[in-house]
Amino acid sequence: MSSSGITRATLAKDLRLEWRSKDAINSMLFFALLVVVIFSFSFDPTAEESRRIAGGLVWVAFLFAAVVALNQTWARELRNQVLDAYRVSPAPANSLFLAKALGNFIFVTVLEALMAPLFIVFYNLRALGPGYQLLIVAVLGTWALVVNGTFFAAMSVRTRSREIMLPLLLFPITIPALLAMVEATSSILTGEFSARFWIVLLAAYDVVFTMASLFLFELVLQAE
Amino acid sequence: MKRAFPILAVLTAVLLSYGLYGALIVAPTEKTMGDVQRIFYYHVPSAWTAFTLFFLNLAASIVYLIRRNPKADALAFAAAEVGVVFCTVVLVTGPIWARPVWGIWWTWDLRLTLTLVLWLIYVSYLMLRRFSTSGQTPMMAAVLAVFGALDVPLVYFSIWFFRTQHPQPVIGGGGSIDPRMLHVLLINWAAFSCFAVLVCWSRYHLEVLSREVEETQALESLLEAGNSR
Amino acid sequence: MSYLYAAYVATWAIHIAYLGYLLRRYGRLRTEIEDLKKKR
Repeated sequence: MSSSGITRATLAKDLRLEWRSKDAINSMLFFALLVVVIFSFSFDPTAEESRRIAGGLVWVAFLFAAVVALNQTWARELRNQVLDAYRVSPAPANSLFLAKALGNFIFVTVLEALMAPLFIVFYNLRALGPGYQLLIVAVLGTWALVVNGTFFAAMSVRTRSREIMLPLLLFPITIPALLAMVEATSSILTGEFSARFWIVLLAAYDVVFTMASLFLFELVLQAE
Repeated sequence: MKRAFPILAVLTAVLLSYGLYGALIVAPTEKTMGDVQRIFYYHVPSAWTAFTLFFLNLAASIVYLIRRNPKADALAFAAAEVGVVFCTVVLVTGPIWARPVWGIWWTWDLRLTLTLVLWLIYVSYLMLRRFSTSGQTPMMAAVLAVFGALDVPLVYFSIWFFRTQHPQPVIGGGGSIDPRMLHVLLINWAAFSCFAVLVCWSRYHLEVLSREVEETQALESLLEAGNSR
Repeated sequence: MSYLYAAYVATWAIHIAYLGYLLRRYGRLRTEIEDLKKKR
């Protein structure tokens, strides 16, 4: 089977399994809702202020929700010893990684799509800058979180305290991307600055780490 | 090799003492900041040393990825750990210097933030080393080091642009430096570099030795299990 | 200037703490080596 075929098949299988059980999406959804509500209690800004801080709040909430999704990425594979099968098969490790990353990307995007209206409502948000750019930021930003998250989730799988290891590894490396996402979102909402530099930085981040992950995933998969 | 260690230790002690003397007594007092500025002679060399150690970790990690040489991995581990120690010194002395001079403990300027992010990345590296149960920990740690290195330019540019959009006072600003001050700075840099070599070497030796002991212990328990039939 | 001394003391406190940690590990390693030698 070709590598793109494997990617598609693995992705389809993951999505189908998830659709049937809705394990991950339910827990992620509820967690995300809780985060939004708690943030709304903690920060009760005016419409003017909220445009400035919403960028940060929204992306921190998405980040936490993404971590919940990422932590279960490899759980099923580990339970059923699927990883061993992948290790001995001639299939390139990249295909597996890409399938997992794309699956996570879809999960987290669905989550964001569900959380965003809540944020808009709770904070009375309205973009003063070019609103369509928010979509670009969302796509690039989510991929940045997911590509490294999926990679580090694979590394964390063989550690004690697996669930806490993932954020410990992920957060420092993600700092420039987080800064970019937050600043871009704030720039677009307040309309004060152009978000162009941040979008370019996010794109560069995505390219660099997608290549690095595809290149080095083989090594991580072999780790036993 | 073994004989070099005590010689280096003596040299280091001499340099450190001379450096301390220079920093506290010989160096002229700075006009605007006063004596507090002397923290500079410890803060800056520690930073240079920390970055050099992190670079050494990167080099050793890459060597390990290419050749799978276990000694390279031991060196990577040692360099990372000692690097974090020096980086901690930088992050502690920085705010202690900033507070009396600029009135604030911390600011998210380029240098400080970059140092903090590097510290975070390498602490996460050490956590991976400590908590990993895989037999391939060296491999994963080396990969993490590469990821961290790829991240550094991105961190640099993101903070640089952030600061141009939201400017704030720069701590430890530029400007020319009195040659006497430069002299003391360089002496302390040499002193701390030698100190770092000593500590890193010790840590490397400890790592190699403890791996040998672990292997021997594992072998012993295998033999025992075999004999007790 | 108390800040100055605080900085210098902090620097050496951190270094000495780390060296102490290394010495402790060396000590533990030495006892393990002794144990292994005795078994032989």
